[in-house]
Amino acid sequence: MFRDATLVASKDLRIEWRSRVGINQIAPFAVLILVLFAFALDPDKGLLTKATPGLYWVAVLLCGLLAVQRSFAVEASDGATDALRLSGIEPSALFLGKAAAVLLQILVLDVVLLVGVTILYGTTFTGWVLVVGTVVSASVGIAAAGTLYGVLAAGLRVRETLLPLLLLPVLAPVLIGSTRAFEAALAGTTSEGWLWFGLLSVFALIYVAAGAALFGPLLEEA
Amino acid sequence: MTTELHADSIPDDRPRPGEGTPIDSGPHSTGSPATRALGIAVLAGFAMLAYLGLAGTPEDQVQGELVRLLYVHPQSATVAYLGCFFATTGSVMYLWKRSVWWDLVAHATAEIGAVFTAFALITGMLWGRPSWGTYWVWDARLTSTAMLMLLLLGYLALRKLPGDPDVRARQSAIVGLLLVPNVILVRQSVTWWRTLHQAPTLSLPGAQIEGLLLFTMMFGFAVFSGLFLWLTIHRFRVAWLARQVDELAVDEAITARIAEGTPR
Amino acid sequence: MSNTFYIVAGWIVVLGGSAAYATIVVLRGRALSLRVPVERRRWSSSSPNLPGPTDRP
Repeated sequence: MFRDATLVASKDLRIEWRSRVGINQIAPFAVLILVLFAFALDPDKGLLTKATPGLYWVAVLLCGLLAVQRSFAVEASDGATDALRLSGIEPSALFLGKAAAVLLQILVLDVVLLVGVTILYGTTFTGWVLVVGTVVSASVGIAAAGTLYGVLAAGLRVRETLLPLLLLPVLAPVLIGSTRAFEAALAGTTSEGWLWFGLLSVFALIYVAAGAALFGPLLEEA
Repeated sequence: MTTELHADSIPDDRPRPGEGTPIDSGPHSTGSPATRALGIAVLAGFAMLAYLGLAGTPEDQVQGELVRLLYVHPQSATVAYLGCFFATTGSVMYLWKRSVWWDLVAHATAEIGAVFTAFALITGMLWGRPSWGTYWVWDARLTSTAMLMLLLLGYLALRKLPGDPDVRARQSAIVGLLLVPNVILVRQSVTWWRTLHQAPTLSLPGAQIEGLLLFTMMFGFAVFSGLFLWLTIHRFRVAWLARQVDELAVDEAITARIAEGTPR
Repeated sequence: MSNTFYIVAGWIVVLGGSAAYATIVVLRGRALSLRVPVERRRWSSSSPNLPGPTDRP
């Protein structure tokens, strides 16, 4: 099963590498969000610095949405969804593969945003272990939940606008947890941050398991 | 020719389903003797609750007159969570037993849950304004309830998508089954978030209430539960009818397509 | 006693809203009932041999 998942993941990543949508569109969009926040929150007033953890993770969520949507759009546009369904690949392997590909893209975006935030907002991170841990566990959760709900939003155009409404409330715990963890990392109170890391890990575990188990019925087209 | 009583009549002289059959030969509404009895009981209950809640009970020592909102606010919230619970249960049972009955239960209770979540939020705000001076506070309870609203709206939006009813049922069931886990996750996150640094400085409704006021509150729970049951039965039957209309439309389309293909 | 406004508003929203929702559901039920043949109007009375899912829980 992991072989199949790797197959699917490498297929998705290869498509992404050749089309460069992530690099050409989503990453610049991430930086754009940071810039927009700076316009909205006036750097001189110190709001931006205080709000950095939250703004960072909102940006990750929004870019993650795009990455998930793209992940399913690549199939739908060529009718490949049918081919995948009939290929005999187990739905759980399909899920793990797609989620892994999305996860890699989100991790790249995480790095882009970390650099962006350091440069544009002047953030100095301490507690690097916590930062890395938070980024990884939160991204796994986003990728897993995103892939599970994302397949519902694939296909018909009327479904595309449904994904944010379905997915973002589900990701609220991730936003809360990761923001608090980042705040702890910035403030140096990492012990509290690790509690939130725990929450993020539980969330990630739940959604990886749920995704693998529930992906099958969702593949069928309406 | 029977009189055109249909809600939307298409000028078409094929015999339409139901036409030619006198409508009195079968149920023409979603009511039944049982629901009528239940409905009357619930109405009587509400009359009693309104009397007790608004006039028959004294004001609370701590909260004053505002306690009267405690006879509708927590009760609405309870129905909201009942709806969410049965939506998830229905979804799980549907995935397990593949019975349409459970799918319809999930849909009906989710919608009722959404309606009462709105009531809970509004009454919560109406209680909050005079008590805390502001309509909204980001406390654990209100915030979680707002998230419940969004989760239910997402589920209902998914259900309204066009397409094959069976596929839609399966997909909705997956989202529905995750409703309760998501609500738990969100509630916990919000609660930890809001209580890690600040002690609960807000006076929460429902503390130290007793006597006739407590009875009225509990009576309120009973009446609202009856209302939930009544609404679920009716909304279930509406969902069933809607599904039948869908199925009939599909049958007609197939028949029409076959007729087109048949050489005359 | 400005609190009266909030209390009355709350009760009207809940009771009035419930009544409105109940009415909408019942009226929709009536409209749909007319479009469905008699034997299929209720789950409990629908024959298991009908096309489409009519199974018991």
